[in-house]
Amino acid sequence: MYALPSAAPPAPQRQVLVGVTLAVMAAVMMTGSMLAVWALQRREAIDFAGSWLPDGVTIPEVPTNVMLLAFIGLCVFGQWAVYSAKHDDRGHTILALGCTFLVGLLVINAQAYVYTQMHLGIADGTYAAMFYAITGFFVVLMIIGLLFTTVAAFRFIGGRSADRELLTAHALYWYAMAAIYAAIWFLVYVTK
Amino acid sequence: MTTIESSPEVAAAVSSASVDADSPSWLDRFIDVFTSTDHKVIGRHYFVSGLLGLLAIVVVNVLIAIERLDGADTVLSSEVIPQLLDAQRVGLVFAVLLPLAMAMSIAFVPLQVGARSIVFPRLAFAGFWMWLGGAIVTVVALVNNGGSLGGDSDMVDLFIAGLGLMAIGLLASAGTVVTTILTTRAPGMTMRRVSPSTWSALVFNLGVVLVMPVLVGTLTYLFVDHRNARTGFGGNEGIFDWVGWIFTQPATFLFAIPAIGMLVEIFPITFGRRTPARGVMFAGLALVGVAALGAVTQQNIQNLPWAGSQLSTSNLDEKTRDLVPYVIFNGLPILGVLLVLLVALQIARPTSGMKVKVAPPVFFAFFGFGMVLVGMLGNLLYAVDDAAVQGTVFEEASLVYVVYGAVLGAMGALVHWAPKLWGRKMHDLGATALAFVGVGATILATFPLYIAGLLDQPAGVAYDNNDLQIWNILSLIGHSLMAVTALAFVLLMITSLARRGDDVGDDPWSAQTIEWATTSPAPRDNFVDVPIIHSAEPMLDLRAAASAPTNGSES
Repeated sequence: MYALPSAAPPAPQRQVLVGVTLAVMAAVMMTGSMLAVWALQRREAIDFAGSWLPDGVTIPEVPTNVMLLAFIGLCVFGQWAVYSAKHDDRGHTILALGCTFLVGLLVINAQAYVYTQMHLGIADGTYAAMFYAITGFFVVLMIIGLLFTTVAAFRFIGGRSADRELLTAHALYWYAMAAIYAAIWFLVYVTK
Repeated sequence: MTTIESSPEVAAAVSSASVDADSPSWLDRFIDVFTSTDHKVIGRHYFVSGLLGLLAIVVVNVLIAIERLDGADTVLSSEVIPQLLDAQRVGLVFAVLLPLAMAMSIAFVPLQVGARSIVFPRLAFAGFWMWLGGAIVTVVALVNNGGSLGGDSDMVDLFIAGLGLMAIGLLASAGTVVTTILTTRAPGMTMRRVSPSTWSALVFNLGVVLVMPVLVGTLTYLFVDHRNARTGFGGNEGIFDWVGWIFTQPATFLFAIPAIGMLVEIFPITFGRRTPARGVMFAGLALVGVAALGAVTQQNIQNLPWAGSQLSTSNLDEKTRDLVPYVIFNGLPILGVLLVLLVALQIARPTSGMKVKVAPPVFFAFFGFGMVLVGMLGNLLYAVDDAAVQGTVFEEASLVYVVYGAVLGAMGALVHWAPKLWGRKMHDLGATALAFVGVGATILATFPLYIAGLLDQPAGVAYDNNDLQIWNILSLIGHSLMAVTALAFVLLMITSLARRGDDVGDDPWSAQTIEWATTSPAPRDNFVDVPIIHSAEPMLDLRAAASAPTNGSES
């Protein structure tokens, strides 16, 4: 009887990293599509009515700029966690993840502050509906990121310190979030 | 009995496990079926749901065809017809084409790459139930006057939400398939050695990962705007202006890729040959994936806006500007399909001593491939403004060609891999007959509408030219035949499932890929031992080694 030779089941090969990469691709595509529609509607509104931003609405620029800067911190902290894990520095890994969580929370807080300062109701026209849709999606991504950070931290605290791939995927997620926010910041908050 | 070497310890463990196992109660089985994260069970769920979706949509198609018999809305009320047209379009893509394509990926890809399970099985499981939940929500919305031309505002919201939920579910499932192919292949299985079906699944699922977020992003805007402001997107009537691209060509080509890949999966088995020029075949399947651009750019069609006189008067720059997107969006996928066909013909080229083993899957695969190709060619013509078929039933015919063609491909996949899913083959003669009835039904349902479109029958159900009636009668017969095909196929499946004691063996087709090395049906973990792969056709190698003269010892 001839038979195929067998082997032990191969060890998982970066499944989490590939999975997160695909998730990031999906998030980037979704943001890209929303920004494309935003740009289209903006151009049509300007052609038709001369302006896109509704009268009386001002975008608070300080918190939106601070959010952009905060993403530098998020990327650094995410990478710090990877670096510390590689050097078996459990304390700094957990500290880096804690900092990531805290800064992520601050970004959500800043976004909420932007909402309160704009005095814009969701039913106040096309701009308002689209603004809340795209920034709401961004907040959802931030919450997912915080959950990811929490899971990564608890796994580390629980002793699974060899799981560096998860931290690499975690850092990748925050890099992608930085790119996503940079695009939103430029088109929604700067170009207006 | 598998054709993979097992260590004595593993063999003993497997044997004792099977002796000790208590037979589960019906409740345990019921719970297991609906909560299982086994990819084969999830794939079966997608198959069953897709086939039920097909039955439902074929009924909708029959109703629309009946309405078209005399060119007026005489059978159903005028309020119902827009809902039916929406149901047809959404159903063909989201209730038939996508679930069947996803079923082919989830059920068979882990087996084909030698993985013991799908990666992130709970995500794949959640993806199926999200898709099913979205499908149910969408049906509820359409029944209650939702849809793009619906009069109930809340139901229109529900319709948009249902579409979004289906898209997210499919996105989740697609992510698990891509990750499985990229990370969980058996030792020695390089990407060049994966089967055509696995490669098709990779292209299709990567496309879904790229396309569905674009749909979800647009649906988010539509939902928020429709729920609140209703100023920027044309209300409910604007839904198809913004997301219509997902329900038509070229986006649907992307979803038909698994059916296209079936041809080059089955032909080598039929003709007992290795697949030549695998790189060309892979490139062909990947080229069809260019159709994803239709979604990325959110365009329904890439027209060739040349009225006859412009052919000679417009300057070269303008012509090039028109021609390039037209060729990229509509031509490249066809080029890809032709490359696949070229490889298939190379496999089938007659040589002396060639043994052809004709089995039912080859008919399904060949007919499905052909129907998808005809649908693609139709779209090539549809996009030419000068052909004057835009806004006619021609586009519907092209869509139905692609979807029914993909359905035939999926049926072929089920017939082919039925032994691995439930341990028994489907009836050969019955399946072969259904393949012929199915292709006849597809041609009758769609080709007359191509002609009616060329004769200017407008999209929808109304027309005022009595000469068009004959084409609509033929189309009705075709859809009715497809209803018979779908029903008969389901009955054939049930008959096959109910048959007892019919041992088909591990490799009833003398196939080439590694899923045929494990038992039929495949065990929960697919392979008791993971095989090592040394070529793209390991089972063929095994048979060649068995038939080769030996020196008195076997390995």
